[in-house]
Amino acid sequence: MTKPILELRHVVTKVNRNTPEELTLLKDLNLTINEGDFITILGSNGAGKSTLFNTIAGNLTIDSGDILLRGESIANESEERRTRFLSRVFQDPKLGTAPRMTVAENLLLATKRGEHRHLAPRHLNQHMAEFKEMTSGMGNGLNERLTTPTGSLSGGQRQALSFLMATLKKPDILLLDEHTAALDPKTSQELMTATNDRIIAQNLTCLMITHHLDDALKYGNRLIVISDGKITYDVSGEEKQQLTQEKLYSFFSDLQE
Amino acid sequence: MTFGLGVSAIGQGLLWATLGLGLFLTFRILDFPDMTVEGTFPMGAAACVAAINNGINPIWATLIAIGVGMLCGLATGLLYTKGRIPILLAGILVMTAAYSVNLRIMHGRSNLTLLDKPSLLKLPIFAHSPMYFDSVFLGFTVIVILTLVLIYFLQTDLGQAFIATGDNEKMARSLGIKTDNMKIMGLMVSNGVIGLGGALVAQNDGYADVNMGIGVIVIALASIIIGEVAFGELTMNQRLVAVTLGSILYRFVLLIVLKLGFNTNDLKLFSSVVLALCMMVPVFRDMFNLKRVWKRGISTHD
Repeated sequence: MTKPILELRHVVTKVNRNTPEELTLLKDLNLTINEGDFITILGSNGAGKSTLFNTIAGNLTIDSGDILLRGESIANESEERRTRFLSRVFQDPKLGTAPRMTVAENLLLATKRGEHRHLAPRHLNQHMAEFKEMTSGMGNGLNERLTTPTGSLSGGQRQALSFLMATLKKPDILLLDEHTAALDPKTSQELMTATNDRIIAQNLTCLMITHHLDDALKYGNRLIVISDGKITYDVSGEEKQQLTQEKLYSFFSDLQE
Repeated sequence: MTFGLGVSAIGQGLLWATLGLGLFLTFRILDFPDMTVEGTFPMGAAACVAAINNGINPIWATLIAIGVGMLCGLATGLLYTKGRIPILLAGILVMTAAYSVNLRIMHGRSNLTLLDKPSLLKLPIFAHSPMYFDSVFLGFTVIVILTLVLIYFLQTDLGQAFIATGDNEKMARSLGIKTDNMKIMGLMVSNGVIGLGGALVAQNDGYADVNMGIGVIVIALASIIIGEVAFGELTMNQRLVAVTLGSILYRFVLLIVLKLGFNTNDLKLFSSVVLALCMMVPVFRDMFNLKRVWKRGISTHD
């Protein structure tokens, strides 16, 4: 029996409140995410995909409605506090890693996600073997560069590292915001495969924004479409497996009419 | 005579290196220029000298200077993070306010001397050291302790979170690091160290002056940047040591300038010129590389 891990109830998110530029980005959005869901998210630019992530992660506060984690409201929790249960990977490879710190140092930071950090020695060397093993699983030479500052890694290696950092300490919710979009097609596919393997192996609950219809269809057990601040399409299980690109295309063209 | 001046330059370099180390935490790690130091440095000096004049033990007086420095850092940190005032302006606000506070600390006088009062340099352990060596011994002791403390701190979980905040704030927040607190902490520690620097320099010079803060940010930056230019690519721990060596080198540059016949009034001009030249080293390096490329372009390849 799957149970809801995260629920968004009648969520309204506005930006530039009380100014002439006020915009309502999420308009009474409802979404129930079950434990183990791997949801791919489609939607045109400006539909509210990133706003949804920023609302879940706490970068944006909601104007009405509620966000529940296992039945408890987290709507008033800060961004830092929500990292106890949530991690994310950004689209821009520069955003996910600290450029002047080494690969191992970045990984070590991620082992303490959402925890208090004290004046205790970090014990980097004790983690090296574990980090070596973990990075070699990505198959892109990251394991050879544990003591390299991340600023001198390739974009693909950086995104692979960001992804590892996000899943190193198992999150209740993983948010992937087009994390392969800035990479070349081959690297992008490699990272997508590694992502899928790790999500399945760890049984992670994940939301993934993508612009690739193939990826949206191929991965995950559920697919949602966001348009104009609402969820306009939501399929899962059998129904999702039978979905084709043509059907999705026709759905999108219906939307635009 | 020249030997004495050399020793004195090393002593000065070691005492002033505290400023470089303090500013390193904000300028290089948090990656912003903190102008507060121009108010914190004289405040550390004033608080220390005033405390000693009131009969307080020099060790306690020096700790008081660290404390007032940390308060200045706290003020700037709150204005910057909670008040959302740009860091440069927040620092200037606190620095300006500190000027009035410093005059209060010194009972309205712009200058307060130690005269025959005790100081850290007159502690019994330095009693038999030759001329100028007292400041070398004191500076060396303080710098060794301070550098070791900073090395330890930066290798802790908290220190790593602090470094990450300066390196990539968005990432730091997404890992649950409270970046505002890290910035406030960094400003407090940095200004505490600079308050210490003020206390040491005042005890060495024998007085505190309300204007002694003018241009100290340039001196602190010079130690950091001369160290970087002279020693190149280094690890974090080596960089901390390079700051002290940079500070000593800088004192020798000033010594040479004075030997060339310029007077002490010209020193601030030279400080700025030296710092500007050091900061432009990458530009010069590119220009020279370009020349080599041109040369290679016109040379024959036979």
